Amino acid sequence: MHPAISVIFFTVISGAGFGFIALLGLGWAMPNSALAAFLISLLAGGLCVIGLLSSLFHLGHPERFWRAFSQWRSSWLSREGVLSVLTLTLFAIYALIWMATGERIGVLGFIIAVLSIITIYATSMIYASLKTVPSWHNVLTSICYVAFGLASGIVLAATFGTASYVLGMSVSVLAGLALVAAWGLKLLWWRRADGVGFSDTGSDTGTATGLGHLGKVKLFEKPHSGENYLTKEMMHQIGRKHAKKLRAISVGLGLIVPFIFAALAFVTGAYGPFMFLAFLSMLAGLFAERWLFFAEAKHAVSLYY
Amino acid sequence: MTMLPQTTQKKLGLVIDLDICVGCHACAVNCKEWNTGGYGAALSDTEPYGDSPTGAWLNRIHTYEVTPEDAPASIVHFPKSCLHCDDAPCVTVCPTGASYKRSEDGIVLVDEDMCIGCGLCAWSCPYGAREMDPTENVMKKCTLCVDRIYNENLEEADRVPACVKTCPASARHFGDFADPNSDVSKMVADRGGMNLMPEMETSPVNKYLPPRPKTRPESTGCGSASAASSVVADKGVLGWLDRALTSLDKLG
Repeated sequence: MHPAISVIFFTVISGAGFGFIALLGLGWAMPNSALAAFLISLLAGGLCVIGLLSSLFHLGHPERFWRAFSQWRSSWLSREGVLSVLTLTLFAIYALIWMATGERIGVLGFIIAVLSIITIYATSMIYASLKTVPSWHNVLTSICYVAFGLASGIVLAATFGTASYVLGMSVSVLAGLALVAAWGLKLLWWRRADGVGFSDTGSDTGTATGLGHLGKVKLFEKPHSGENYLTKEMMHQIGRKHAKKLRAISVGLGLIVPFIFAALAFVTGAYGPFMFLAFLSMLAGLFAERWLFFAEAKHAVSLYY
Repeated sequence: MTMLPQTTQKKLGLVIDLDICVGCHACAVNCKEWNTGGYGAALSDTEPYGDSPTGAWLNRIHTYEVTPEDAPASIVHFPKSCLHCDDAPCVTVCPTGASYKRSEDGIVLVDEDMCIGCGLCAWSCPYGAREMDPTENVMKKCTLCVDRIYNENLEEADRVPACVKTCPASARHFGDFADPNSDVSKMVADRGGMNLMPEMETSPVNKYLPPRPKTRPESTGCGSASAASSVVADKGVLGWLDRALTSLDKLG
């Protein structure tokens, strides 16, 4: 599939934003001045909003975006939009109360945390619900999206939080574990994606044309001599050429470098700067990972070409 | 409204006869011609006379080579357009309600004024039936010529989709699949009409008629030396020549 920068940016940045919101909602200790509450909430909400705005650039008619809130009964894209707005609205109320009173309402925070995770899940389902792209059409896709969102959120929470220990372990250890867990799940995703082909449905050019019962079916001539929307959108080739290198780059920047920064944070106790560097590197790694998510994906329509 | 209707009163669609199609592309040309001036935005082309022309088409004709295990390959021309599926995934993924299936006749349409151009419907379609218009940035697809088939300004004989009307070989037929006595339903029953990629569970309305079985010569060796020597002409001048030349072998 064609890897659109706007969509890559949207899924990575919004995922991190909602992951961060989830951890704030769960009560991760933060500095409690009104200014800190404002800046931290602005960062968390801002990441989500920037990501969502970026996704508008993918649209042919961004000015009609509001129509996308209407079909939540059937469309995961619509559900994602509705859940984002709902979660961010509740988070804005939560943040205002936090700024005004210095208190964070536990129950509201918990609801926001749950909604954040459901929102990331809805983002993943835009892709995982497509039967036409077998490498996406699996529960592992959703698990990876949520895991990367939460891992980004934990790294951010460790950057700005005041707690040195969460769940009985150093926050940098927790962040390191979250990174390892998320990328471990991604490795499982890659292993499945590499092997799946069209085996889930058994589709091939024979079933696509219905001519398989007659013999071996091979494309003899394309409909047109040039490229078309389908070949450009669904049959992206360049990504696959460099897939191995890009996977190494994504694991290096997304896991190994942030892990080293987390270790440095643990050793030096300077959580803020090192965990922030870990976050920046992780984003770069996730951009590569998400680019591959699209570029490597094979669409059923390629069976006709 | 992107929920699919439970049932549709009619199931209008096409039968495409792969035995008859000669691959002339006339259906695609007439489709483009009619639909660039009909329903919705014009079907635009970018660089139509340039180095790499591209554009939106609602119908494209592929050509396949089919090679049986025990016979030479044959060529099958394969027109492909929207199949107006009963369980159309392109409808349910649409976030805006622009993409919908009509409960009265089952035609799948896009309300272009509501389309945000996200492209998700094209991603959900296994058949590549939808294409984004490069100029208008809205999703285009086969309308089954909804502006022809009910058009009382046209002669009754012309109230069929443009591709059906123009096909010089009569490889395309239009009708109601909900009516078991319609011509299209009978054709499908007689000829074993098939669904494309049934495993995608889209329940397409359009059906394809497979090529009829080829008659095969008794000798299947197709041109090899052993096959040639077993051919015998036993009548007339050719028979005499065959016998005379065969007898030369004995001299050698």
